[in-house]
Amino acid sequence: MNVIVCVKQIPDPALPGELDPDHTLKRDVKLILDESDMYGVEMALQLVDAAGGGEVTLVSMAPNSEKGGLRTALAMGAAKAVLVSDGSLAGSDSLGTARVLARAVERAGGADLVLTATESTDGYTGTVPGQVAELLGWPSLTFAKKVDVADGKVTIQRQTEAGYDVVEAPLPAVVSVTAGVVEPRYPSFKGIMAAKNKPIDECTPSDLGLSGDQVGWSGARQEIVSVAAAPERQAGEKIEDDGTAHERVVAFLEELKLI
Amino acid sequence: MAIGKVLVFAEADGAAVSSATLELLTKAREIGDSVEAVIVSADATAVAPQLGEYGASVVHAADPQGRLSGVVGAAALASVVASSAPAVVLCAQSYDGRDAISHLSARIDRPVLTNAVDVRVDGDAVVAQSAMFGGNTLVDTKLTSDQPWLVAVRPKSFAAEPGGAAAGEVVSLGDLELGRSGEAAVLDKHVEEREGPQLEEAAVVVSGGRGIGSAENYGPLVDELAGLLNGASGATRAIVDAGWVPYSKQVGQTGKTVKPKLYVAVGISGATQHLVGMKGSDTIIAINKDPEAPIFSVADLGIVGDATKVVPRIVEAIRARG
Repeated sequence: MNVIVCVKQIPDPALPGELDPDHTLKRDVKLILDESDMYGVEMALQLVDAAGGGEVTLVSMAPNSEKGGLRTALAMGAAKAVLVSDGSLAGSDSLGTARVLARAVERAGGADLVLTATESTDGYTGTVPGQVAELLGWPSLTFAKKVDVADGKVTIQRQTEAGYDVVEAPLPAVVSVTAGVVEPRYPSFKGIMAAKNKPIDECTPSDLGLSGDQVGWSGARQEIVSVAAAPERQAGEKIEDDGTAHERVVAFLEELKLI
Repeated sequence: MAIGKVLVFAEADGAAVSSATLELLTKAREIGDSVEAVIVSADATAVAPQLGEYGASVVHAADPQGRLSGVVGAAALASVVASSAPAVVLCAQSYDGRDAISHLSARIDRPVLTNAVDVRVDGDAVVAQSAMFGGNTLVDTKLTSDQPWLVAVRPKSFAAEPGGAAAGEVVSLGDLELGRSGEAAVLDKHVEEREGPQLEEAAVVVSGGRGIGSAENYGPLVDELAGLLNGASGATRAIVDAGWVPYSKQVGQTGKTVKPKLYVAVGISGATQHLVGMKGSDTIIAINKDPEAPIFSVADLGIVGDATKVVPRIVEAIRARG
């Protein structure tokens, strides 16, 4: 079984983010693999293993040629990657991104299943999986907390407000997985070494048959009107626990009439 | 100046309309000339009166017939968009809302603004406000595509108020074109036993972060205190990622926004992406070992201490009061 995983390389969320003059996130900094995507990569590796063969291909989009994050996923065990990179991709909105990813999935070819995270850590629009599925013309099964493939069908437990639903669809399909759904493996030294030679097919939007007004800022059909600091909340009382701080909490709860 | 017709993707669990839906209808009345709702439901007549009370003149209903609500919802929205040309489509940033708006966006080739915490009319355009950098920065974005303009709104962004006293007339949408998306079938629905209120509705939320130490500590340190205060339990992304609790408990930028009367942050450092989901709470209590933890910058009462010791003492003291 062949699985494609859509992955994103993002500015390290541990570092303070910065904006470019056009008010979008500054991306010409070191990019790392979005942690959310480690679950998709791990799940793909496990599914291919369970199926007894096949490979995991990564598909990614970037406004530059950064590949560090892809090498991390390749080191985990993915076989190869398709990277769509071009300056014209800067400012892409979710639909523009989905257009690029869907074409890249078609370019990679042969997928039975496409996995994604439920949302990226930096953009968190949460709409790309559904948009990619619609553009590919495949069923989308989102918020999966458990994924199984058998007999040409994928079955998931889909997170709901009340619990979960069991949802099934014939392959090929797109599945978005929630965080914590599997424990991602750490790349081994051997994996890291092997990753250096794994093929990354680098292409541009025009290679995919997309024109300049379908991607990037031109394709986004939106404008940032203003950017402002949010109102700050003030801090209140802070005390060190000397074994009796719980009493202050209980008194506070009484003041709030909660106990 | 009103923007024209606003279409709201309504959600309900049986006869209970989601509070997010009521919030959307309230905002729709504010920005639009007229408001209509689209709902995926086997029995729309049960909820139509309430949707009418909040301003929906028409409730376009599609039967799920064992398919995913988001998928049927997208097809229903596309059908109503084609027949009645609304200016704006609003949905909640919920599981089904996201599915519906994402499929709709690709199907009718319109961009969608997400995570909106406010929506307003600016001249003859719609502007949505969303938060960046964990809520420290607010960005206003205008859609420049053709109508309809699609906006997904974070629950709890506005108050819900009935008004508009509209008919809520149910119109059944017939067979909808689902494409291959219609091949996904819902085989079973599991409702998990939940004691206490739902996370987004609770007056009290007690959340746990890495500082609780282990998955096993979630029950005694978080659930137990939440239970005593008749509240709901929540979590940071860190412990959801670690697999200690499910995604449905996550509070924060990529999780839920909550605005309870009281938020108790247990062993939570206060990463900006968590703060954005809870700093609108009326009152915040934080317990963390690290005196420099950012959570203390938003807490009304901060306790610098070991949560695994402090919380059991709080629980015991509350129980001792009877």
